[in-house]
Amino acid sequence: MFLTAPWLSLEAQAPGNAVLTLAPSTRLTIQRGGSADFSLKAELQPGFHVNSNMPGDDYLIPIKLTWNKDPLEAEQVTYPKAQTEKLSFSANPISVYTGSFEIGTHFKAPTGAMPGMAFMNGKLRYQACNNKECLPPRTLDVRVTLDIQ
Amino acid sequence: MSKTVSAIGVTLVLASALLGAGCSKQRQAKQGNRKPAPEFSLKDANGQTVHLSDYKGKVVLLDFWATWCGPCKVEIPWFMDFESQFKNQGFAVLGVSMDEDGWAAIKPYVQDRKMNYRVLLGNDQVSTSYGGLDALPTTLLIDRDGNIASVHEGITMGKEEFKNAIVRLLDSPSARIPVVSHGALALLRSPGPR
Repeated sequence: MFLTAPWLSLEAQAPGNAVLTLAPSTRLTIQRGGSADFSLKAELQPGFHVNSNMPGDDYLIPIKLTWNKDPLEAEQVTYPKAQTEKLSFSANPISVYTGSFEIGTHFKAPTGAMPGMAFMNGKLRYQACNNKECLPPRTLDVRVTLDIQ
Repeated sequence: MSKTVSAIGVTLVLASALLGAGCSKQRQAKQGNRKPAPEFSLKDANGQTVHLSDYKGKVVLLDFWATWCGPCKVEIPWFMDFESQFKNQGFAVLGVSMDEDGWAAIKPYVQDRKMNYRVLLGNDQVSTSYGGLDALPTTLLIDRDGNIASVHEGITMGKEEFKNAIVRLLDSPSARIPVVSHGALALLRSPGPR
């Protein structure tokens, strides 16, 4: 069974003066043995970018969403299409995200998953810059509230 | 080290304390208000321990940077030129890398770019003593007495402005030059003795 749950309960926000914030969302309902899609919505302050998952420069830190191994299986993480931008500090265009973007995850619930409320925890690592400066890499905790049926 | 760099919601007030001046994106320091740059003890690529106090008597450009920092790439060639041009006049550039991956990341980068100035590996302690380093690059100009003449968070001025500021410090070892400070300058706690 495939349940689409585009907006789930997400309990992670960027701390302090972070330039990237994560949107709160609704609960993810998933059937045991089934699957569901989750979309993590992020928004950057104007003027900032984060490197995409494939920034095209070994020195740059890619954005990366990872999940714990249970109670669901994260079968696939899908990153949005990146923008290719020529920035003042780069000899070659680099692959970045700006503004609002969403990272998808296709979850599968094991048939033996315990029904009821649960949480799926993950981490989003990113590194943001603007034309003048870079902020240190950050790792945000991501938590999705699950209703496993 | 990301904690290092990110820690600290240091306020402009701290930078103000450092510079002995109020905080805004452009400000001139008052005469006699420079504060000592915090001492540190860091390793260079050869494993040699380097203290900031080793450079007392020289004008020092202290650059906090990282290999993942795009804007830092812009300034590095400038600083290489300054090192070449002024090293015989009592000037030195020190690049303190805040890379989490340490020398494994730094050495190839330094070699690729043929960086001609001394590079050190930063740590939590130096980050904290310099106020948390909210953003990179963060560059300080330090006078011959070991006092902070200016702090620049991000790319705040061009190569010629940097050069002019260095020349003024070199020409007037004990004089105060106008300070241009930009950005959050989330830098310094009460500076320790140097």
